[in-house]
Amino acid sequence: MGAESETKAVSEFRRPEGEPTLAAIGITKDFATLRANDNVDFAIRPGEIHALLGENGAGKSTLVKILYGALQPTSGEIRWRGRPVVIPNPAAARRLGIGMVFQHFSLFDSLTVAENISLALSGTTRLDGLRSRIESVSKDYGLPLRPDSVVADLSVGERQRVEIVRCLLQEPQLIIMDEPTSVLTPQEADDLFVTLKRLAGEGCSVLYISHRLEEVRGLCHHATILRHGKVVAECDPQKETARRLASLMVGSEVHAVRPPDPVPEGAAVRLSVTRLSLDKPHPFAVDLKDVSLEVRAGEIVGIAGIAGNGQDELFAALSGERLAPGEADVRINGEPCGRRDITARRRLGAAFVPEERLGHGAVPRLRLSSNVVLTRYATDPGLAPAGVINRNDALAIANRVSQAFDVRKGSPDPEASALSGGNLQKFVVGREIDRQPTVLVVSQPTWGVDAGAATTIRQALVDLARAGSAVLMISQDLDEVLEISDRIAVIALGRLSSPRPRSELPREAIGLMMTGIGMIEPEGRHAH
Amino acid sequence: MRIELIRRPERSAAMAWLSPVIAVVLTLVAGAIIFAANGIDPLQGLYVYFLEPLTLPFTLYELVVKAIPIIIIAVGLALCYLSNVWNIGAEGQLTVGAITGSLLPILFPDFQNVLTLPIMLLMGILGGALYAAIPAVLKSRFGTNEILTSLMLVYVAAYLLDWLVRGPLRDPQGFGFPGSRPFTDFQVMPILFPGSRVHLGLVFALVVVVGAWFILHRTITGFAITTLGQAPRAGAFAGFSRRRMTMLVFLISGGLAGLAGIAEVAGPVGKLEVVISPGYGFTAIIVAFLGRLNPAAIVVAGLVLALSFIGSERAQIVLGMSSQTGRVFQGMLLFFVLACDTFILYRLRFVRTPHAPLARSAE
Amino acid sequence: MSMAEAIIVTIVIASTPLLLAALGELVAERSGVLNLGVEGMMIMGAVTGFIASYETGQPIFGILASLAAGMLTASLFAFVTLVLVANQVASGLALTLLGIGFSALIGESYASKPGVRLAQIHIPGLSDIPFVGPILFGQDPLVYVTVALTVGVSWFLFRTRGGLVLRAVGDNHVSAHALGYGVVRVRFLAVLFGGACAGLAGAYLSLVSTSQWLDNMTAGRGWIALALVVFATWLPWRLAVGALLFGAVGILQFHAQALGVRVPAQFLSALPYLITIVVLVLISGNRMLMRSNTPAMLGQSFVPDR
Repeated sequence: MGAESETKAVSEFRRPEGEPTLAAIGITKDFATLRANDNVDFAIRPGEIHALLGENGAGKSTLVKILYGALQPTSGEIRWRGRPVVIPNPAAARRLGIGMVFQHFSLFDSLTVAENISLALSGTTRLDGLRSRIESVSKDYGLPLRPDSVVADLSVGERQRVEIVRCLLQEPQLIIMDEPTSVLTPQEADDLFVTLKRLAGEGCSVLYISHRLEEVRGLCHHATILRHGKVVAECDPQKETARRLASLMVGSEVHAVRPPDPVPEGAAVRLSVTRLSLDKPHPFAVDLKDVSLEVRAGEIVGIAGIAGNGQDELFAALSGERLAPGEADVRINGEPCGRRDITARRRLGAAFVPEERLGHGAVPRLRLSSNVVLTRYATDPGLAPAGVINRNDALAIANRVSQAFDVRKGSPDPEASALSGGNLQKFVVGREIDRQPTVLVVSQPTWGVDAGAATTIRQALVDLARAGSAVLMISQDLDEVLEISDRIAVIALGRLSSPRPRSELPREAIGLMMTGIGMIEPEGRHAH
Repeated sequence: MRIELIRRPERSAAMAWLSPVIAVVLTLVAGAIIFAANGIDPLQGLYVYFLEPLTLPFTLYELVVKAIPIIIIAVGLALCYLSNVWNIGAEGQLTVGAITGSLLPILFPDFQNVLTLPIMLLMGILGGALYAAIPAVLKSRFGTNEILTSLMLVYVAAYLLDWLVRGPLRDPQGFGFPGSRPFTDFQVMPILFPGSRVHLGLVFALVVVVGAWFILHRTITGFAITTLGQAPRAGAFAGFSRRRMTMLVFLISGGLAGLAGIAEVAGPVGKLEVVISPGYGFTAIIVAFLGRLNPAAIVVAGLVLALSFIGSERAQIVLGMSSQTGRVFQGMLLFFVLACDTFILYRLRFVRTPHAPLARSAE
Repeated sequence: MSMAEAIIVTIVIASTPLLLAALGELVAERSGVLNLGVEGMMIMGAVTGFIASYETGQPIFGILASLAAGMLTASLFAFVTLVLVANQVASGLALTLLGIGFSALIGESYASKPGVRLAQIHIPGLSDIPFVGPILFGQDPLVYVTVALTVGVSWFLFRTRGGLVLRAVGDNHVSAHALGYGVVRVRFLAVLFGGACAGLAGAYLSLVSTSQWLDNMTAGRGWIALALVVFATWLPWRLAVGALLFGAVGILQFHAQALGVRVPAQFLSALPYLITIVVLVLISGNRMLMRSNTPAMLGQSFVPDR
């Protein structure tokens, strides 16, 4: 994504004139203790691609849910083509002509493409007629789909196509896209932009929610920026720099995490994976194929990739939640441990932070001190002598972690679920780093957390590596991978490219590898 | 008008205490309605049922006698349910425990010494545990639904007992009636309070309650139970094995049900019979939930449910009510407890909604 | 009637209540609700069916009463699990315990009274055809209702929009809600249907299989119906096959004794339960089959965020 090509694309773009398709006036939404939207004004015109920008928790999702009828505003008014309307539920929104493509797909895995689409259309659509309509729309917009495939068998990109076709068949005048590219490869995203521009050209309004600023600058006519539930600015994104947009979102200038020093040659290999292959645990998972990797003391290796390409499976194989076929497939600090469970691997000095905070990395309804026990009872000598838990120790560790990582909590020892996403993530990462592990495997360290927490967490990873630990970071956030990794590998379809220094991997090359083509073959691998 | 549930930010401590109380009150109200419907003065009915037993020494003792097996079993079941393992076949495990524990006194009636009872108890525990191991193994080996298998085994155990006491284990001097020879001397549970039927099982019950409380709140094993129950992935992440835990809680709960079984036949029942339990294994399910899976609260809940057994016996004698009212009360109580527990995590909101024709698309 | 005819007719009589109850549960489970209260709803149907027909002398009132009773008890379960999002497993158990107790209470004075029997259909000519006649044309009306219901449920689930919505709700309630479908409403209706079927199955026991009311007369059939749904991997047609199979096992005990098989009666009585376990093991051992058919939301509560 070079700067010149962007400007060129944008120059053809001007915000269309005309009466707004949809206008929201003074929308306020209160949840129990939180005001998610505070007097929000917003209008989108026909043929306009309108960006809704904001950090996680800024109130974007709430506003969109209100527009789509999934939530009711506490106060305020919505006007549809000038007329005040109440949108009591999503079906009513669809009848008005509002379509939505969800961030986390709202598809039914066990049903076919046609059945899925039929569910979103009102009335008594016959499946036979629908099939041909699906085929014609998907051909028109370059979104190839087979109506009788079962959704469970589709790739992520194909699933999004189903969502979009489903939306288009309702002939909407407004399409809401919630972070549509977060799960796509750069190439798939480009295809999507073509489709969206075409739709806008036909007079359809597109509300585009994203935090990817470059994308917004290349695609959108106009932007509304939310912070803490309020509209803080409206602007023409092409006239602003990405840095300026970011500071509008965050409220202050963002400062980058300093990258670690170069790793000295010949540093000890702390984590190594050797030709690991592992069959998928269930039909919707991915086989790991011949994965090899080394992480040395003092470095961060980042693994980029699109969701669902084997990240979860790799994490499970590294943590020992699933055992590898051979003992020597995984080594921690030189010790073969492929057949040993997660506790044994922790005892070898490794620590793990999974993608899901709630329900995997932490038990929602247990207090923070108990969540300390969760991962540390076997490695901290004083925490559970002879199987009896020392609660004072657990509480002391919880407090130490909270202090070091600035975990903000309402009571001294709250339940994990009472913490906000960012604070809980800081706690979960901090809990492991506090152990001073020699190996840290972390998946999606800043998924869905605010910029402040993300900076804290990334800095902590960098500091840990600099102190001599090996850090392996699996992340779908390419910016994050590029920001703090010393070496980068890409995972696609269960295969892992051999890690290469960041400087040798341009963004475009990574994007290509994420699709599974252009993978750099790991050394020593031959066709068999 | 629509009812909406709003999730509370944290669980309500007040509701955690209030919920069982409200459930008991609601059950009493419903009970009063049932009495009235049967032409009985509701106040008198409730008095005979729930208060009068508490005023008589004999029924107080009997309350404890009934509560013993219920509490012992319920504590075991609580461990299961906390770890999200659904053993509902305690009645069958009780039956098999009673059978295996009785083998010694029936087959070797002359083996009379201080070891007799301990061996009987151990064999009872072992029998219950092994019987519970069947659904546990099927669950962890084949993924078979343990709810259905453990329940099916209740029926199987009942027929096994029926066959044994009418056939191989029948008392030769029993005039052809089903049932084993009565247990004597060293084969029976010592009585704790002379003149009552309260037996050594009371001590077992208290030890079980304290032990379970300690395990749950102070040990890694207990931590593993709650973690695997609430968040299985987090449990696996902690290094706890779901399979091993399924096995462990089934063995513990089965063993405890077996203990309750042999303590019954070596205690109040006195011999192996066609019917050795009025459904203690099922009542214990209610008790486990009424005590919200907390061993200490299960003691209280066990006494309340024991009262419903005594009360229904009294109501039968004094009021001519069916003996089945006890089970109705128990079922209602469990329902009300489950409903009230919702308000620990949620609060209600009533929303007035204009009935727009919007719901049509959902047809 | 020949021996073979008699055996087939008794198999049909034994399997009809199982199929009825299981069909209802299948629909409920397809919508994502695990209702373990089948036994309780069934026995409530049995007792109310018996009482209503005994008091009026008309089996049809018994049938209507059993439908109402099944739906009423089911609505109790539905309210607690769907509106108050209580644990489905525990609530189902509560329903069963309550049903067994309550039925015994209201049925106490009717025990051992002679009831009304739902007559078999007799179509002159057709029913008299040797062998085929009594089996195809000489059953009681509820058998035909059950057959029609099996076809109907299959058609509804896989050929109608309502069925599609129901399956969608059972597959992913969050998405269904996002599309504007009333998850709780769909599930409530599915549970009510399950209750009606279970009630009818109960009435079959007290009006057809036997014409009397006995305490606890369902004797675990509700649980076997639950197992049948797993056995059938949530497909109505397999349910019919399974029900016939279990019906056959259930009546084996009578005929085995008649044939002079020297096995304790208790063993034969325990056989259906043992076979249920074996079948469950065989089916659930096949993980691929289970995973692709099990409704993904089975047993999970749904609370929309507002």
